[in-house]
Amino acid sequence: MTLQAWSALLVAFVLAAWTVGALRRRTARDEAGRRFFRHPTAPWGIGVLAFFVIVAVAAPLVTSYSPIAHNDIVALKNQPPSWSFILGTDVYSRDLWSRVAFGARISLKVGGLGMLVAVTLGTLVGAFAGYYRRWVDAVLMRGVDVGLALPRIFVLLLAIALFDRLGETVLILVIGFTSWFGTSRLVRAEVLSVRERDFVAAARAMGAGSGRVIFRHVLPNAAAPIIVSAALGIGNVLLLEASLSFLGIGVASPKPSWGNIIADGVPYLATAPWTTLFPGLAIALVVMALNAVGDALREALDPRQQAKEST
Amino acid sequence: MWLVRRVAASVAIVFLVVTLTFILMDLAPGKPLLGPPEVVNDPVRDSVLTEQFGLNGPLHIRYFRYLGQLSRGNLGESFGLRRPVADALAEAIPNTLLLAGAALLIDFLMGLGLGVYQAWRVHRLPDVVLSNVTLFLYSVPTFWLGLILLLLFGEWLGWFPIAGMSDPILCPSVSSFYCVMDRLWHLALPAATLGFVGAAGTARFQRAAMLEVSAQDYIRTARAKGASERRVVLRHQLRNALLSFITLFGLAFPFLLTGSVLIETTFAWPGMGRLATDAILRRDFPVVNAAVLLASTLVVTGSLLADVLLAAVDPRLRVRGTA
Repeated sequence: MTLQAWSALLVAFVLAAWTVGALRRRTARDEAGRRFFRHPTAPWGIGVLAFFVIVAVAAPLVTSYSPIAHNDIVALKNQPPSWSFILGTDVYSRDLWSRVAFGARISLKVGGLGMLVAVTLGTLVGAFAGYYRRWVDAVLMRGVDVGLALPRIFVLLLAIALFDRLGETVLILVIGFTSWFGTSRLVRAEVLSVRERDFVAAARAMGAGSGRVIFRHVLPNAAAPIIVSAALGIGNVLLLEASLSFLGIGVASPKPSWGNIIADGVPYLATAPWTTLFPGLAIALVVMALNAVGDALREALDPRQQAKEST
Repeated sequence: MWLVRRVAASVAIVFLVVTLTFILMDLAPGKPLLGPPEVVNDPVRDSVLTEQFGLNGPLHIRYFRYLGQLSRGNLGESFGLRRPVADALAEAIPNTLLLAGAALLIDFLMGLGLGVYQAWRVHRLPDVVLSNVTLFLYSVPTFWLGLILLLLFGEWLGWFPIAGMSDPILCPSVSSFYCVMDRLWHLALPAATLGFVGAAGTARFQRAAMLEVSAQDYIRTARAKGASERRVVLRHQLRNALLSFITLFGLAFPFLLTGSVLIETTFAWPGMGRLATDAILRRDFPVVNAAVLLASTLVVTGSLLADVLLAAVDPRLRVRGTA
C-alpha cells in the first residue's frame, strides 16, 4: 500500500473515534442519550460502524489497487498478507483489502436499503392492521402468518430463480419483501396500544383524518421499537446477503460484496485462508456493532427495560 | 376449541404456502426438463417428456392435478433424479434430522446452561466475557464459522474429516460399532457449527429472561423467607424463565432449517437442505414443492407445539385462551 492509502486509513480511524466523541457530547444533555452511552459496548459499536461507513465512502482513497484488477496473475496469486497487500491477494491476484473496502459499499448498501424496504413495508402493514382492526387486521395478519411460515431461504432461492441473474436493486427488493413480517407484528402491537391513548382521541376529535392520525400521531409514538428492530435487522440482512452469495446467487462476482468474496475464497480454503477469513471478520464486526447499538438503543428508548436490568 | 382453531389455521397456512410455491415455480424461467445437451432439441422427446411429467395444460389444471396427487400421498416424480420424490426425501430426511437433532441438543443444553450461569453471575467477569463471546457467535455467518472450524480442525489439525457423513469405503452404511463412531466423527463439526451459533442466541435470550424474572416480587419474597441462593435461582427464577424458553423452542425450527441448508452445503452433508437447493437451481418442481411442503409444515408445527406447551405449562395463558 502507498503512503497515501495508509494515511487515509489513519484518518478514517481518527474520524471514527471523533464521531463517537462528538455523538456522545451531542447527546449528553438528553436523558436517552446518556442511557445509550452508558451501555458498555455502545461506543465501540458506533465506532466500528462509523469506521466501515467511512471506508465504504472513501474506498478509492484508503486502498491503492483496483478491487477487480488482476495485478499479476502468476507472481501475485494467493499471496499471504504483506506490507504491500495488507490482507493478501486472492486466486486472481486481486488485492483483498481493496475488495473488502469496495465490498463494504455493496454489502452496507444492500443491508441498509434492504432493511429500509422491509421496515417501511412492515410499518405500513402493521400500522394499518393495528389502526383499522376488524377485517383489515384479520386479512393482513393472516398474510403475515403465511409469510412467517414460508421457509425464507427457499422463498429467496425461488424468487431469485425467477430472475436468471439479478442485479443489486432486485436483490435489495427481494430481501426487503421477505423480511418485513416480524416488524409488522411488532408495529401492530405497538399501534394497538397507542391508538387508545387520549391524544389520539383528541386528534380525532379535532377532525384529523385517519392518515394524519396514523402518520402524525400514532406512528411517531410507536417509533422506538421500530428503530430498534431496524438496527438489529440490518445485521440479519447482511448475513442473508452473505448466505445467498455463498450459495452462488447473490451479488455477481467480479463486483465485490463481502458474501461473494468469501464464496470466491472457499475452493482455496486450505491454500489461501485469508480470502475467506477477512471478509467474514468484516461481516462479524459490523453485525456485532449493529447488535450492540441495537441493544443500547433499546435500553435508551425503553426505560422500563432499564429498570428491570438494574435490579 | 382453541386448539382445534389453531390446528385448522396451521393447516390453512401450509396449504397457502404450497399454493404460492406452485405458482412461483411456474413463473420461473428456464426449462425444467434439461436432458443431455445432444437431445435437448428433439421435439418428439420433449413432447413425450412433457406429457409424461404432466407439464402440459394450463396452470390451474396442473395445480388441481397436483393437489389430487398430494391427497393420495403421492409426491410425484423428480425430473432431474428420475425417481419418485418420496424416495429421494426418505434418503435425505434422516440425515438432516441427525444433523439438526444434534445441533438442537448442543444449542439448548449449552444455551440454557450459559444463560442461567451468566444471569447468576451478572455483570461480573465471567458474564462479561461470555456476553462478548456469545455476541460474536451470534453475529457470525453460520457457514463462515463452519469454514473456519473446517480449516482449523479438519485441514490444519486433522482431527475431523472435512466432508461427507461417513467413510465411503469402509462404512457406506451403519453396520458396526466402528461405523457408528465414524458417523459421529463426521457429525461433530457440522453439528457443532450449527449448535454453537444457536446456543449463542439461546444464551443471550435466556440470560435476559432470567434477569427479567429476577426483578419480580416473588423472587424477593423467596429470598426474604430465607431460601438458599441455589433454590432461588433454580426453583424460582429458572422455572419462570423457562416459559419464554418454550417460545424460543418454536423459533428454533426455522433457524435450524436455514442453517441446515447452508451447513449441508459447507460440509457436503447429503440432507434435505442440499436436495432442495439443488432442486431449485435445476427447476426440479416436484422436489421443490415437496421440500417446501415439508419445511413449512415443520415451521408451523414448531410454533403450534410451542403454543400448546406454553398453555400446558402456564395456567395464566390457559384461562386467557379459553375465554
